[in-house]
Amino acid sequence: MSEKKFSKKHEWVSLDGDVATVGITKHATEMLGDIVFVEVPDAGKAVEKEGQAAVVESTKAASDVYSPISGEITEGNKAIADDPGSVNTDPEGASWFFKLKIKDKGEYDSLMSKDEYDKFCKENPS
Amino acid sequence: MEVQKTALYNYHKNLGAKFVPFAGYEMPIQYKDGIVKEHISTRTHAGFFDVSHMGQFFLEGDETLIDSLEKIIPADLKNLKINHSKYSFLLNNEGGIIDDLIITRTEKGFCIILNAACKENDIKQISQFLTKNHKYLLNNDLSLIALQGPKSVEILEKLIPGVADLKFMTGNNFQHESENLYVTRSGYTGEDGFEISISNKKVEKLIDYLISNKVNPIGLGARDTLRLEAGLCLYGHDLNEKINPIEANLKWAIAKKRKEVGGFNGWEKIKNLLANGSEKIRVGIKPNGKVIARENTKIFSSDNNEIGFVTSGTFGPSVNAPVAMGYIKSEYSEIGTSIQLEVRGKKYGGKISELPFYKKSYVK
Repeated sequence: MSEKKFSKKHEWVSLDGDVATVGITKHATEMLGDIVFVEVPDAGKAVEKEGQAAVVESTKAASDVYSPISGEITEGNKAIADDPGSVNTDPEGASWFFKLKIKDKGEYDSLMSKDEYDKFCKENPS
Repeated sequence: MEVQKTALYNYHKNLGAKFVPFAGYEMPIQYKDGIVKEHISTRTHAGFFDVSHMGQFFLEGDETLIDSLEKIIPADLKNLKINHSKYSFLLNNEGGIIDDLIITRTEKGFCIILNAACKENDIKQISQFLTKNHKYLLNNDLSLIALQGPKSVEILEKLIPGVADLKFMTGNNFQHESENLYVTRSGYTGEDGFEISISNKKVEKLIDYLISNKVNPIGLGARDTLRLEAGLCLYGHDLNEKINPIEANLKWAIAKKRKEVGGFNGWEKIKNLLANGSEKIRVGIKPNGKVIARENTKIFSSDNNEIGFVTSGTFGPSVNAPVAMGYIKSEYSEIGTSIQLEVRGKKYGGKISELPFYKKSYVK
């Protein structure tokens, strides 16, 4: 498994061969608050880079989850749809959102490193 | 207009509040624990809410005051006893709800608690019916603290002996720290609790005491999930000037005598609706799965006709499921009717549900 990369929309990606795993960052869950609903994509769905791929709702509001990378979904994490609160507990581990077969590794390479993402969050508090 | 702050603003800040603009005020939406924990701690222990942005409107006058107020408020004010409160409304000529309110009879007249976003207009509307024999004051020197939850009575009785004797929707004056306080047994969460009207100068000390008794601060976020589980309306969402009390399923809040005799704004319309029913009505809604049907979600019948819309919807932490309220064509309003909710372009199943979603525990 490769190192995690991060997007400006607060998703993380890790890569295993040509299959990427995508989730939302701990920082994102802290901004959202208590997560009470998750919708993940079905296998076979094509997603574009920065296209809408999943939905996450907290007690406050609904937000779209974008795919930081284009490809074809191979699996949505049904466990988090059944237990949305688990996203608050382990957002960057067991509570990933979906896996997809990527087309262009360059899209992964262009995402932020952990240090760059932490700096980005500091500079863009919301 | 400049953003207003309650007397507790800095106190909230020190408690780690996240603020949002609400009705012209900077108000805490949540504190460090977050909405779900705040909600659960109110239901299981006790929580306090700063509702000082709401209007505390006092009226005094001779015997004509009641007649004046009854023209715009459909409560039976003549028979309202001193220190007793009623949930009621200000109505326009069409029977539409200008605001929903709690009115309490005081020794000298009445106190009305008004919604923050409506209070200026409310006073304009009420004052049209007042004469030189009536005086009124929106008292901005007072804070209003709601203490809600099963432990409220035990905690407040220790500080202000006598409050435990109050019944739901009654109040009284109490001496505390050589100052007069007005306390009512009421609230908007479905829990037992109190609302305490206290001077801005003394309110921090009251909050110190509550916090020392493990009463958590509760923001507007949990206030919303609590009131929605209790089936209570939020003005500007579930109620507005185009909706009348019959459509809002609140005809119980119009006094029996006033329904018969009338003499208030919009009575002709309301009398007609009481006899014939309304075309649409407010109902409780339970989505079948986990999907949350938020405000403005369209409602469809099982054969795909659009039949209504959601006015409030969230996740209910105590019922551990999504809950909503909305308006629906009356023929679909029977409890248990299957409906569809259109969320992000997809239709999800749901049912018309009884209100409240969470059983109230008022001390009557």
